[in-house]
Amino acid sequence: MEECLNARSGAELANSIAARAGVKLHECYQCGKCTAGCPMAHAMDLMPRQLVRYMQLGRMEEILGSKSVWLCASCHTCVERCPHSIDIPSLMELSRQAAKARGRVGVKTVDMFSGIFMQNVKMFGKSHEALMEGVYNVTTGRFMQDMENVPHMLKNKMVGIEPHTTNNPEEIKALIERALEMGGEDA
Amino acid sequence: MSRIGVVVCHCGTNIAGVVDVERVAAEAAKLPNVVFAVTNKYTCSEPGQATMKAAIEEHQLDRLVICSCSPRMHEATFRRMLKDTRINPYMLEIANLREQCAWVHTDKEKATEKAIDLMRMAVAKVEQNKPLFTSTIPIHKKCLIIGGGIAGIQAALDVADAGYQVTIVEREPSIGGHMVMLDKTFPTLDCSACISTPKMVDVGQHPNITLMTSSEVVNVGGYVGSFEVTIKQKARYVDHTKCTGCGLCETKCPTKVPSEFNQGYNKRTAIYKPFAQAVPAKPVIDPDSCKMLKEGKCGVCAKVCPLGCIDFKDTAKEYTETYGAIIVATGYDLIPWQDLYGEYGGGRYADVITGLQFERLVNASGPTEGHILRPSDGTEPKDVVIIKCVGSRDPHKGKSYCSRACCMYSAKHAHQILEKLPGANVYIFYMDVRTPGKGYEEFYDRTRADGAVYIRGRVSKIYKENGKLVCKGEDTLLGKPVSVQADMVVLATAMVPAVGVEKLTTMLGIATDPDKWVQEAHPKLRPVETQTGGIFLAGTCQGPKDIPDTVAQASAAAVKVCGLFSKDEMETSPMISGVDQQKCCGCGFCVNCCPYKAISLVEIDAREGARRVKKTVASVNSGLCQGCGCCTAACRTGAIDLSGYTNAQILKEVDALCL
Repeated sequence: MEECLNARSGAELANSIAARAGVKLHECYQCGKCTAGCPMAHAMDLMPRQLVRYMQLGRMEEILGSKSVWLCASCHTCVERCPHSIDIPSLMELSRQAAKARGRVGVKTVDMFSGIFMQNVKMFGKSHEALMEGVYNVTTGRFMQDMENVPHMLKNKMVGIEPHTTNNPEEIKALIERALEMGGEDA
Repeated sequence: MSRIGVVVCHCGTNIAGVVDVERVAAEAAKLPNVVFAVTNKYTCSEPGQATMKAAIEEHQLDRLVICSCSPRMHEATFRRMLKDTRINPYMLEIANLREQCAWVHTDKEKATEKAIDLMRMAVAKVEQNKPLFTSTIPIHKKCLIIGGGIAGIQAALDVADAGYQVTIVEREPSIGGHMVMLDKTFPTLDCSACISTPKMVDVGQHPNITLMTSSEVVNVGGYVGSFEVTIKQKARYVDHTKCTGCGLCETKCPTKVPSEFNQGYNKRTAIYKPFAQAVPAKPVIDPDSCKMLKEGKCGVCAKVCPLGCIDFKDTAKEYTETYGAIIVATGYDLIPWQDLYGEYGGGRYADVITGLQFERLVNASGPTEGHILRPSDGTEPKDVVIIKCVGSRDPHKGKSYCSRACCMYSAKHAHQILEKLPGANVYIFYMDVRTPGKGYEEFYDRTRADGAVYIRGRVSKIYKENGKLVCKGEDTLLGKPVSVQADMVVLATAMVPAVGVEKLTTMLGIATDPDKWVQEAHPKLRPVETQTGGIFLAGTCQGPKDIPDTVAQASAAAVKVCGLFSKDEMETSPMISGVDQQKCCGCGFCVNCCPYKAISLVEIDAREGARRVKKTVASVNSGLCQGCGCCTAACRTGAIDLSGYTNAQILKEVDALCL
């Protein structure tokens, strides 16, 4: 069954996301240069160009349920190359937040990683790689993931058993508190 | 004994890169009667020409062979050069070593052999050349313009302002064409009528312009400088010499029929002016709807006319005049989409309309006074779909070409809908968006900023469901089938040549392309000329184009006419056909095959032994003949020969190649 374009149920959300990202959606003429340069496109279910197209048509359903918004690495290659400098990473990020707010998580591991990372930062003021890796592996149930790299990384002091801490972890905590007060999402 | 000079041109590396030019010159030097053979880097250049002029004097040459580019490129250059020398300009032959040899071959050895053959043929031919002399024909400095749209209007004003007499022939009762029907023009949104009607008035008042409306060209004879043209003016039943255009007759006429100008969306009377600003601003009677003319009853207009202008006994009149030049500006019509696109309803849905109909709906002087209302029920549409390329880029059902103006007027329509109907949605189905013009891409950007939704794909079907027109298509950017429920659909239909243009082009003896657009003489370098001298082109008769391009082309055609009229007489090419009346059997085969209508049969007094007899023979009109040579190929008795390309010359060329 074809989709009826008159129903633009997500138009309001799409427009508010575009406004917050500082993007004029109508400027995109769908050349696809963004997708062509995207290093994550191979893993995405919705290409960056298609994400903008769905937003133009006021259709957020496909975007909120997509993996792509979770897979975007925010590398900004797309913006750099776009003839209209359309800020796709911001559209991706804001769409991801909107999805999360609706309890929709396209790629669970990405969401978990993000949460563990933020807990780490709250605890130490910096991320503690060894702990983070361990917790991530335990949470995902993939205990041995990346373990073959551990001896090499320990030997070369790329990770350590002891956490690195900042001089003033309280300040970092205060920063995070403030971000949450301002409406940031909690880990 | 002739004394032939041969010059082989390098043309930089164009020829010399593939052909061994030195060898060609060396071979030429060995030929009998060739007394001078050299190569030259650029023969067409000033120093190149000077070398040749010096050689002609030094070696007392009496004919010349130049092995260079196509004669289409530089034959005229070299003939001009020979005018100042002891050689007649027609004692020249050109061997085409560039387009027909170096550019199309890669094998140097074989290309050089071919070049030598081409050179030998030219030398053999030039031996047979005879001096030819141009003659002159007088030029009647009066221009005929066929078609009174914006192209004809612009061309007429330009030619008339230059001081020459102009006649415009327009088959409708008023000039103005399609442009005056449009509401606004892209990308500046100028009011179309506001910018075109002053020009119409200028035409009507210009002392050098004669306006012949309700008229058509019925016969064309003659040639550049003096075309004999017969124009038929249909019966108008109103004496325009007396009529003041008061309009009383129109208010009293009881017969109402659909208005052509308003695309049938409202009514006009049987005695009518097509629109308020018509030029001439005087009514005519439509004999197909007038009660008096059809049934002999009524005559109200005649009773109310205070000046007694109405003449029900009026008849068509024919005028014959001589014109020096003709500009064809017959314009376009829209493709009859109803017959072709059943999937869009084929005309069954009142709310599926064309772009031109939309122009009338959105125009302040139109049937809805500028309110965009659905034709079916007079309500405001909320969701409007615009479908582009209906008949264009569709070789299966319509035409293969792009109609060029639709992308822009569709963007303009979208802009107008979004501006006039707050809250409305516009969906535009397109294949590509083509905006090649100053400020065009910016206008398209603006339309998208206004909120028009562009969907890449063709609509496959329109059907009615719950009072809505459902348009089914694919968003090819998403790769998904989509549909839009519309209240009104506007089709951007293809431009096609004006109805009846074939009859006119046949009469004029000018070529058309497979789509029946009039063929220009050269697509890049002679875009406003036809292959027939003295006949020029302006506007969409040559192919789809927008108003700026049309106006530019009209002014260009006017300049060509003024250039022709700046002389009192013009030189004609001496390379034309001639008939040997002794040999001619009067079969008339040449008459039928001549594309320029230059040959006719005449009766002459001849002798058969001692008896005097009447004999029918072919005769060539030297003004019309363009030297194409069709007749010489067709002539079964060999009576017709083409000067400069005689049978003897061609046979010598063949001998040079084959013997």
